[in-house]
Amino acid sequence: MFNTRSDLPLERDGQGRYLPWLIAFMVYLAILALAGVMALNKVTARWDKGVGQTLTVQVALGENQTEAEALDAALGVLDETPGIAQTHRLEREQVAKLLEPWLGRFAEDMEDLPLPLMIDVQLASKIKPDLDRLKQRLDAAVPGALVDDHRLWLDRLIDLMQAVELLAGTVLILIGLACGGTVVFTTRTGLAIHREAIEVLHLIGAQDSYIARQFAGRALALGLKGGLLGLGLALPTLTLIGYLANTQEQGLLPTFTPGLYHWAAILALPVAAGLIAMMTARFTVTGTLGRMP
Amino acid sequence: MKTGGNGSVVRFENVGLRYGLGPEVLQDVNVSLASGSFHFLVGPSGAGKSSLLKLMYLALKPSRGLITLFGRDVATTPRPELPALRRQVGVVFQEFRLLRHLSAFDNVALPLRVSGARESRIKKHVSELLAWVGLQNHMNARPSTLSGGQQQRVAIARAVIARPRLLLADEPTGNVDDRMAMRLLHLFEQLNRLGTTVIIATHNMTLVDRLGHPVLRLDDSRLIEEAAPESRNNSDSGESDVARMDEYGLNLQQTSETAA
Repeated sequence: MFNTRSDLPLERDGQGRYLPWLIAFMVYLAILALAGVMALNKVTARWDKGVGQTLTVQVALGENQTEAEALDAALGVLDETPGIAQTHRLEREQVAKLLEPWLGRFAEDMEDLPLPLMIDVQLASKIKPDLDRLKQRLDAAVPGALVDDHRLWLDRLIDLMQAVELLAGTVLILIGLACGGTVVFTTRTGLAIHREAIEVLHLIGAQDSYIARQFAGRALALGLKGGLLGLGLALPTLTLIGYLANTQEQGLLPTFTPGLYHWAAILALPVAAGLIAMMTARFTVTGTLGRMP
Repeated sequence: MKTGGNGSVVRFENVGLRYGLGPEVLQDVNVSLASGSFHFLVGPSGAGKSSLLKLMYLALKPSRGLITLFGRDVATTPRPELPALRRQVGVVFQEFRLLRHLSAFDNVALPLRVSGARESRIKKHVSELLAWVGLQNHMNARPSTLSGGQQQRVAIARAVIARPRLLLADEPTGNVDDRMAMRLLHLFEQLNRLGTTVIIATHNMTLVDRLGHPVLRLDDSRLIEEAAPESRNNSDSGESDVARMDEYGLNLQQTSETAA
């Protein structure tokens, strides 16, 4: 696809000095954006998976039921429901602990304070229980029981993540365009510098593609070089961010260890930079030569 | 891409050329050059000799009129097919236009390379042709290290390496002494005898008179065809030149056949 030999002194026009660095910075930013999205994606998936697999059932104390009766009735309904792996009743102290931010320490000590009865439900991973039916049956057994599947909270979070992903995607596209624009202008400069030689090639019967190929091959080489430089800059940065994230409180920030798929995506960026540079140079040269008679 | 068989290599019909909105530098040019002909193109400086040649090697489009090259209407030939036409036209440019960063060898090799010839073939033919023009010891020299006359021979070698059917030369004897000029012109005559149509733009009337070929005269932006002037001493210097070429152990016929 590209010539090892060139009729044009392309290596001497100074493009080789700054184009790779411009592309390197763009690839650097692109990799950071991509890595950020992938980390967020992973954390969203984890929340989705972790939280999505649990339900919280809150049993209200009815008029004519004791605490134990209400609890037994609720547990009875849950046990009969397919798709539920495990139920766990939260102790009074645990519930008090959950309320601590609002009521303070004393909630635990006040025997009379009517704390809600909470049941932590683990769902089986395969079967999704029919939540509407479960709600109806629980309400029948224990009037006023609430089933919270955390969906509302999670859905909003996922919406936010999708917005961030969209933003990062836009950033990637903008970087791609900037990369193309840079190559367009450097190629035009190159065409101006080598105008005389190009005209001679043209007049002795070179096809436009013959000349374009030389520019494209060169742009591919410079683009790849810039891409690898950018990758070389991005890797220490990612390692540093990963290290800083790990020293923070666990669980607050996602620990991101890139998998094979992630590595492939990151490594694809320098290659993409090279290809964008090559195609852009090719189209620029063909377009310019098209104006020659 | 063969000609229609009518033998006309270049044909101009009512061709006019103007640059931008300026006056026509060429007006109503009507000419038809037969295959295998040899013409001088003369006229005062600025008469449009270079412009006329540029129209022939497809560096310019006429403002009006019809140009056919090897029987093909240039204006209606699709752009991707123009390079194939250009490859059949060898041009010795006025200022040579050698590529400065390439050696003499690579400059001469260019027409073969752009047409995708194999490197082994390129090496053989270019070496032979450079030896033939007496530059076998300067193959790897950059144009800037060569004398004017040597550069000129590189330019001529580049123009003829692909065995063009039409050879155009713009003041090819401009900066060499008369002896070298005669040598170069005899070289063109050699090629002409092998079937190449030759047009040489020059203002050196002494040479025109000595060689005795038909003349195309540009005057007041119009082209007039004139018969050949009486040739005075065509034979003696010509033969010594051919003899000199044979010193390189190569004969033209052979070169032309292998390069075709």
